[in-house]
Amino acid sequence: MENQVILNSRHFELTINRLCYQLIETHEDFSNTVLIGLQPRGINVVARIKSQLESILDREIMCGNLDITFHRDDFRRRESPPIPSATNIDFVIENKHVVLMDDVLFTGRTIRSGLDALLAYGRPTKVELLSLIDRRFRRDLPIQADYVGKTVDTLVSERVAVEWKEIEGEDKVILYTPESNG
Amino acid sequence: MDRLSVDHLIGIENLTREDIQLIFKTADSFKEVINRPIKKVPSLRDITIANLFFENSTRTRLSFELAEKRLSADIVNFSAASSSVKKGETLVDTVNNILSMKVDMVVMRHPNPGAAKFLSERVDAKIVNAGDGTHEHPTQALLDSYSIRERLGAVEGKKVAIVGDILHSRVALSNIYCLQKLGAEVMVCGPTTLIPRYMDQLGVKVEHNLQKAIEWCDVANMLRIQLERQDIKYFPSLREYSMQYGLTLDMLKSLDKEIVVMHPGPINRGVEITSDVADSDQAIILDQVENGVAVRMAVIYLLAAQIGRQ
Repeated sequence: MENQVILNSRHFELTINRLCYQLIETHEDFSNTVLIGLQPRGINVVARIKSQLESILDREIMCGNLDITFHRDDFRRRESPPIPSATNIDFVIENKHVVLMDDVLFTGRTIRSGLDALLAYGRPTKVELLSLIDRRFRRDLPIQADYVGKTVDTLVSERVAVEWKEIEGEDKVILYTPESNG
Repeated sequence: MDRLSVDHLIGIENLTREDIQLIFKTADSFKEVINRPIKKVPSLRDITIANLFFENSTRTRLSFELAEKRLSADIVNFSAASSSVKKGETLVDTVNNILSMKVDMVVMRHPNPGAAKFLSERVDAKIVNAGDGTHEHPTQALLDSYSIRERLGAVEGKKVAIVGDILHSRVALSNIYCLQKLGAEVMVCGPTTLIPRYMDQLGVKVEHNLQKAIEWCDVANMLRIQLERQDIKYFPSLREYSMQYGLTLDMLKSLDKEIVVMHPGPINRGVEITSDVADSDQAIILDQVENGVAVRMAVIYLLAAQIGRQ
């Protein structure tokens, strides 16, 4: 397995910063906007962007985590049943602007499940999607992100992993390529 | 470990401690789901479940039905009173006829002990035992332990007294297995005629004095006297039973600690517990009912995950 760093910690920080300012362009003071991270890895994106936005805007931003396990379309096509993570949305999303966040946008199936799960909580005015990495040309469903950190062209056999300072010790994004393809 | 070690839920006896913990962990998520504005998830959209009740039930049937509906399964209901069983059809034939209509899972209550196991060996569907005679009632025991875990933080190390008609109770047997697997100490309490002789072989304490039992325990699970299963008289009168084994508020107040009071329902107010106990803050009877739906969703979800794996 060969690996290639496609976003190092410096560019990682710049990208997060850019995404924050793009969000501010659209949502201004975030008075009617909530950020929701998709479990399990999207919650890291939300945590980072929340703290960055809060230091820029100097106000608190409503955030939540959403688990999509029971809304997946691959239930019973896997070896073992997917085990759920926690959902934590302690505000009303009715008439709010929701920004869904995940680390990697690939087939779009997770986002499809996420939209389904989200609507069980009410009817938001608008839903947008932010993805740190967009694996272009690999979509199974017609779903596109509104805010993208970095777009990469990948093969299905490749894997993109986002690592976080808080968890893995360093902020970076790595592209793993199986050797048979190289 | 993230899948059950069993193919059917026949009894707690066949489950491992890890199975029970997996069910509880999954039930936590479903408890969150049933408190959402839209209490339904699409996981089991392509599963059909038959609820076969060869014996009367209100709470368990409703609870299973709600659990199935909240997982988006399609369901068919069947009760023996209005069926061909009355016309002489055998259990296997009845079930096979229903399975021919492409049913993936069967939830069954039956008056004969072992009916669920018998069926699981003969038909090609997932079986969930919703009570087989005086044998086991696994989902009730799971929701009882789940409710103890929710109220007291853990089941391990807790002392639980099961009081009443142990002889005719499937809830008691399932509870004993479940509590012991989770590391709790169990005592049974009741008149000698209603406590089976093999109790000491299960490693539970036996007590005939209710006052002593509640002084010992952290949780008292008060069972109903199952008059419908009693072919002979096991005690002189209900009034005498309730004087000796009925839990009253005065008894609870006499303790220097607060114990949790449980009841699997239906309650006979004034027999096994008085009204003021049933309605007190120490009673978690309605929490048990709420948790029942979440626990049954978890059981059905985990078993359904094993169907038709590609």
